[in-house]
Amino acid sequence: MLAPNAAYRGLAGALARAPAALRVFTAAEKVTKGAAFGCRMCGQCTLPVTGYACPATCPKQLRNGPCGGVGADGSCEVFPDLRCVWVVAYERAEREGRVADLLVFQRPVDHRRSGQSAWVSYWRGDDETLWAAPGARQVGAMPERRR
Amino acid sequence: MSTGAGLRARLDSGAFAVTAEIVPPRGADPEALRRKVTPLVGLVDAVNITDNAGAHVRMASWAGSLVAAEAGVEPVMQLTCRDRNRLALQSDLLAASAVGIPNVLLMTGDHPKFGDHPDATPVFDLDSVQLLWAARAMRDEGRLLSGRALSTRPAWFIGAVENPFAPPAGFRAARLAKKADAGAEFAQTQFVFDVPAFARWMAEVRDLGLDQRCRILAGVGPVRSLRALDHMRTGVPGLHIPDEVDRRLRAVPADRVAEEGERICAEIIGQIREIPGVNGVHVMAPGYEHGIPAILERAGLAGPRRRDGGTGPEAIGGFQGGRSPWPAGRPAAPTLGGTGAD
Repeated sequence: MLAPNAAYRGLAGALARAPAALRVFTAAEKVTKGAAFGCRMCGQCTLPVTGYACPATCPKQLRNGPCGGVGADGSCEVFPDLRCVWVVAYERAEREGRVADLLVFQRPVDHRRSGQSAWVSYWRGDDETLWAAPGARQVGAMPERRR
Repeated sequence: MSTGAGLRARLDSGAFAVTAEIVPPRGADPEALRRKVTPLVGLVDAVNITDNAGAHVRMASWAGSLVAAEAGVEPVMQLTCRDRNRLALQSDLLAASAVGIPNVLLMTGDHPKFGDHPDATPVFDLDSVQLLWAARAMRDEGRLLSGRALSTRPAWFIGAVENPFAPPAGFRAARLAKKADAGAEFAQTQFVFDVPAFARWMAEVRDLGLDQRCRILAGVGPVRSLRALDHMRTGVPGLHIPDEVDRRLRAVPADRVAEEGERICAEIIGQIREIPGVNGVHVMAPGYEHGIPAILERAGLAGPRRRDGGTGPEAIGGFQGGRSPWPAGRPAAPTLGGTGAD
């Protein structure tokens, strides 16, 4: 639905040139994604490859899978009332036949982008370096990102 | 069957490796740590020095690693993402190599909520997979996460941890694959009490071909009291103790629980050795490190099987007993030779 196309790329480009409009757009993104996914506005959205379970809501911010402390019932070890984000992600991925998505290597987040619109970054192609294919030789320095 | 010094050499030789876990003291006295390490000289291939385990403040792992090396056992420096951002993680990794620490174990770390400073900032700037990836880039490409070049590349053997028993069960072997892809060359597991469940996980590990590129050391340890049993059953997330083990420990008189626990531990080691793809055991007995030699003996692992001569600091390349571990002009971690990068 949000996959980049000419219209989205055009919109992203226009927003990047109009600071006031970008602020409004970013606020709207924060409200909608916050309500839907508990979004923390890290600015680098992984939802499409984590079964729309947001890893930024994990108390350890784990982007590459669950920690070793998940309870036998799938509860979070830090907040036992919550289900582990990665258990939810795995169940959804398994149901949809998309477990391979979870094997994708997620590079470290760029904390400069916290609070920025992830949609605009995504449409502008800034997220292309965010993850790497599973099994790929992943060693390598962080590529430079557009600011 | 001596194979030369070191955990990596032991694992490369195909022999069954033994490591043990040492928790450094809550204090500035190295003697307490030396007392824990000394009985293990010549019996284990390496000792892990924990990094603020359970989010409780202890002597730093790098310093504990140096003390262990001086006492005559090769250290594995544990390093967690909980207390450091990516700058500190990378500089600590460089430091480890510079002072000759030959092995690092890179992990996420327990959340501060469970420790003695629950009011602390949980850092988690990187996760364990990203830290493994950063470490391998430093060693094999000579670059930091920033892309900047290192003047001298570090040279450690890189380890990871995995819990075969925690949900989501179907993802646990795959998660280790992610870690191996990122850079892990060996892995130590959570306590194994449920051997059939561990064997199932190992079958998945073999199906993924992981045993061919990542050495697996199974975590083991004795339950020495019913109080410890209750704590491990209910108070330690991700740890599973099967009913049969529980029954056996409760069936003996109170003064015999410790012995029964050690017997079970030795039996589990024996069962684990039969599972294809397992390269060793990692013995965890916090507060009971002095009992580890007896457990190894009971398990048939205590023979004169450790490195040549197996005595004293000279067995650890570069460390000289009683003298500074930093001889002038010594290059970073020369002890690893060129055996390594697969």
